[in-house]
Amino acid sequence: MSQTNIFQRRSGFSFLLTDKGGQWLLGLILAAIIFVPFCNLYVPQDGFFHIPTYMVSLLGKYLTLALLALSVDLIWGYCGILSLGHGAFFALGGYAMGMYMMRQIGDRGVYGNAELPDFMVFLNWNEIPWYWHGFDSFSFAMLMVVLMPGILAFVFGWFAFRSRVSGVYFSIITQALTYAMMLAFFRNDMGFGGNNGLTDFKDILGFNLQSNDMRVILFMLSALAVALSYILCRYIVSSKLGRVLVAIRDSESRTRFLGYRVEYYQLFVFTISAMLAGIAGALYVPQVGIINPSEFLPANSIEVVIWVAIGGRGSLYGAVLGGIIVNYAKSYLTGAFPEIWLYALGALFIFSTIFFPKGIVGSVSSFNVKHSIGGSVVAVCRRIVGRIRRNLMGA
Amino acid sequence: MRASQEIPNPSHMAERKDTILYLDGVSVSFDGFKALNDLSFYVLKGELRAVIGPNGAGKTTMMDVVTGKTRPDEGQVLFDGLTDLTRCDEARIANMGIGRKFQKPTVFENMSVFDNLELALSGARDVFKSFLFKLTGKQQDRIDEVMEIIVLSKECFTEAGALSHGQKQWLEIGMLLMQEPDLLLVDEPAAGMTDAETEQTSLLLRKISGDRSIVVVEHDMEFVKSLNSRVTVLHEGSVLAEGSLEKIQNDEKVIEVYLGR
Repeated sequence: MSQTNIFQRRSGFSFLLTDKGGQWLLGLILAAIIFVPFCNLYVPQDGFFHIPTYMVSLLGKYLTLALLALSVDLIWGYCGILSLGHGAFFALGGYAMGMYMMRQIGDRGVYGNAELPDFMVFLNWNEIPWYWHGFDSFSFAMLMVVLMPGILAFVFGWFAFRSRVSGVYFSIITQALTYAMMLAFFRNDMGFGGNNGLTDFKDILGFNLQSNDMRVILFMLSALAVALSYILCRYIVSSKLGRVLVAIRDSESRTRFLGYRVEYYQLFVFTISAMLAGIAGALYVPQVGIINPSEFLPANSIEVVIWVAIGGRGSLYGAVLGGIIVNYAKSYLTGAFPEIWLYALGALFIFSTIFFPKGIVGSVSSFNVKHSIGGSVVAVCRRIVGRIRRNLMGA
Repeated sequence: MRASQEIPNPSHMAERKDTILYLDGVSVSFDGFKALNDLSFYVLKGELRAVIGPNGAGKTTMMDVVTGKTRPDEGQVLFDGLTDLTRCDEARIANMGIGRKFQKPTVFENMSVFDNLELALSGARDVFKSFLFKLTGKQQDRIDEVMEIIVLSKECFTEAGALSHGQKQWLEIGMLLMQEPDLLLVDEPAAGMTDAETEQTSLLLRKISGDRSIVVVEHDMEFVKSLNSRVTVLHEGSVLAEGSLEKIQNDEKVIEVYLGR
């Protein structure tokens, strides 16, 4: 390689030029943005290529979960921060979006109260709590979608990283974080709808949520969010900052002795990641129609890590693929084998860590036949054939 | 190359302003075990110093104290005669101009030689500046120059994990040079090296001393001899003897605890 190559790699948009997997991913997303709406809106209902509206929303949901996986891969794959609490940031983004949509209901609720959401009327509240103010405004709510997870991540990260909590200890306290959030949101007097959460949404910016067009638009926005977030994450990891992150991942104390303040880097990337998770949650909620405290379940956050591991940690596009594939498999398996799908998910995780330690994308890109399944099958067959031949010759 | 036996004796001319490193009465204990016990010694500006001592003598703890990894229970550690290092954290100390090479080569294995050196390049260390960082021609030249010094120019784009043990050690020394430090702490640079590599390392260290002070912790007597520097012997957390290697080798206390065995 010549010196000019180094400069090329580090200027302008060239960071995407060397990223083959990313080009594929962005190409696929672009194709989806064009074809899914087309097949839904313009192909006749009985046509072979028609995509029903429920499927559009389902795909949109997968994309938001893929975005969540992407945010986890940014910190886990590139900075070695294994967060088992990213579901909390996702849910916070979702709640911010849900609060906006609750205010949009106005007097169309069951109780017909123009001032208060239904659950507050039910609890005999007389006025809206102070922290619900401002959520009538779409732009304020959108700001909160990134700010709430961002601020929580910043404050939490500030204490954790400054005290040099890392590795498995960090993972455990992130679990505690999301569990504590869940317990808090379950309480009715928190003012977020308690157990039932927020639901019965009607519209966004005056557009009916149930309409076909709105579903398609939400899908397109989700796809766009994944694409733009991917580009942002790729830009971060291709910069020198990205190389410092990898350095922290591989040897935290060595990076400190080079003069980098490791905690600031961790804080930066953790906060960015939490904001992306918040955006994912905000796009998720209108497509599934509900947000409740079960989104804070510790197990949910662990599942995200499984998606990333199956897709391929530390590649970004692997996380996106993993998020989509595992969630598709989950939808399929819960339908086909409702009793055993959890076992199937567990098996998938075990299977992938044994046979594809680098995840799906790692195995595809390495072309290393020896370690692939095909390779192991071929090797076993050869051994069996060899033994049979020896036995025959001996006999 | 250094003038041969003309080694100044710091303890007689211990003007603080002439020292790059000044330890006075430093003690560190772990669970009652005194790793450093009232340790005092000085390193002059531009000096190459070898520190030897049996296992557990406190060599590594001494480096930990200087680089801010361990806080001393008592005592004073001054850098450049002025700055109290016991009040600073690792990153601050590194940016002040103290570089440390670990016993085990710790280069970033998943990155190329070039990227390793670029990470160590002196300059801004904060998050946003490194986000927007672009390598200038001058910095590129500096990296090339250092690769020349550590004889790794040909391995520019090799992943550091694929280098030989000796090459990793040199790369790490190269990374220290990129930081433009005033003081280098080098922990057992020749451990596990072949004879040829050891010789090359000694040459390298002598080549880069002079502009900066270097403290080398080492077990290998041949290697210490080849450095041709003043030697400090540590034992049970304090200085046992100090002087030229010849003097040290004839010191009875030293022979008893270290060389004689």
